[in-house]
Amino acid sequence: MQNGALRAAGLYPAVAAGGFRRYATYGTATAAGVFTNTVFGFIVAYTYIALWDERPGLGGYDQAQALTFVWVSQSLLAAAALIGGGFQEELQERIRTGDVAVDLYRPADLQLWWLAADLGRAGFQLLGRGVLPLVAGALAFPLALPVDPVRWLLFLVSVLLALVVSFALRYMVGLVAFWLMDGAGINVMATVASIFFSGMLLPLTVFPGGFGELVRILPWAAMLQVPMDVLLGEHAGAGGAAAALGFQAGWALVLLGTGRLLQSAATRKVVVQGG
Amino acid sequence: MLEGLRGYRLIVGMWIRSTMTYRTSFVLTTFGQAAITLLDFVAIYIMFSHVDALGGFVLPEIALLYGSCSASLGLADLLLGNTDRIGARIRDGSLDTMLVRPVPVLAQVAADRFALRRLGRIGQGVGVMGWAVWTLDVDWTVGKVLLVPVMVLAGAAIFGAVMVAGAAFQFVSGDAAEVQNSFTYGGCTMLQYPPTVFAKDLLRGVTFIVPLAFVNWLPALYVLGRPDPLGLPGWVAYLSPLVAFVVFLPASLAWRAGGRSYRSTGS
Repeated sequence: MQNGALRAAGLYPAVAAGGFRRYATYGTATAAGVFTNTVFGFIVAYTYIALWDERPGLGGYDQAQALTFVWVSQSLLAAAALIGGGFQEELQERIRTGDVAVDLYRPADLQLWWLAADLGRAGFQLLGRGVLPLVAGALAFPLALPVDPVRWLLFLVSVLLALVVSFALRYMVGLVAFWLMDGAGINVMATVASIFFSGMLLPLTVFPGGFGELVRILPWAAMLQVPMDVLLGEHAGAGGAAAALGFQAGWALVLLGTGRLLQSAATRKVVVQGG
Repeated sequence: MLEGLRGYRLIVGMWIRSTMTYRTSFVLTTFGQAAITLLDFVAIYIMFSHVDALGGFVLPEIALLYGSCSASLGLADLLLGNTDRIGARIRDGSLDTMLVRPVPVLAQVAADRFALRRLGRIGQGVGVMGWAVWTLDVDWTVGKVLLVPVMVLAGAAIFGAVMVAGAAFQFVSGDAAEVQNSFTYGGCTMLQYPPTVFAKDLLRGVTFIVPLAFVNWLPALYVLGRPDPLGLPGWVAYLSPLVAFVVFLPASLAWRAGGRSYRSTGS
């Protein structure tokens, strides 16, 4: 049993490293992604300038903070799989072909296995597709990036939690393939929700009234809006930071747990089909 | 040309039949595609809950820009959108099987995994544009009325040329579908906002280098009776079909050059 635990302790980091290396091999695709994120960054930045010129302080941000929002969003987009991408299509394909049965026989936990692989992927994309667009944005526009190292550290923790929440949601989306044999429809709907409710299109603090209050407590807020506010210093003080990270951790636990329940329901279904 | 169209039609028919096998999924994806693109407009709508004008343009004016570019891109995406998969096909070697078939490769690549769900984007674009035309207080002339559908079709052709050029680029670059996306999807994101929002250099680039401004900015500015920020005369609004025709020349030359340079991966 102890041996098993030791093996597992080495196994998941190895899976994560594999996920990292796998995406590192797509050099051209990464360069193309950096180009795309930079182009979109410029376009959105100009529209935000027009908007914040009209309404300074909109959503509680000044113009430099709004521009920071744009460029950091572009940097997190691929890592947090905010507009789709990631592993869920592959999981669905393995479910559709029945290969998932082999995965279930492995002496590894299915959910942790995919979490490790996805964090590896996200880690690469954070470096490969995250840094350069942000540098381009910082060179072209006045950004409100913090100088306080503690703030950056909190931001990185918040990003890690964002990646876990993003994974947990997409894992459930992937598992839906056990019931719907073709996942394309549910994937599109999941992407719709992620783009709109994460703050990708517009900071959630700009959403009006009660609708705005609602979108800020949904799990998608943990994927972009919260890390962004941590970076911009909107959650000042130890209490504020703890509340922000706690909100993310809470959603991560709830969603991972729900995914686990869904997984056990799904795997019972595999046995029925196999017999 | 004719065999290309015939081949295209056959492959498209096959993919449509295949799509219809999972009917629930088709309905969901088509609806989702419409919703996903409509959300861009919802974001603009939310912006307008805080401001009266953006770059000097009011909401129905932006809706005209948004809807026309969305419909154009949707149309180009439906007919040619999957050309961006060519990079993946070069990488896994499956382009080779296309080369030995008696149908032009471009027709095969364009029809590859034809996605009827893209009707969703076209539908919502036309819908928003319809609302704009209904709401706008425009002094309609025959020329302006004709210009609206011409703008959508010529815009689709310009996006189509960009897609073919992007596919040709992938012969050289390998898997770089995203570069193409930044001109098509990125271009459309830009064109849904008024040109007054953007820097002059950017406007010059998308007017004279990659002529995206002819997709909808120039025709729509004319319909709305607004001057072009670069000072171009009003009649350029009618040049979109010509521009669409002209940009297909470099795109098709690039496609041919790309095809000739192709070396199979051998797998």
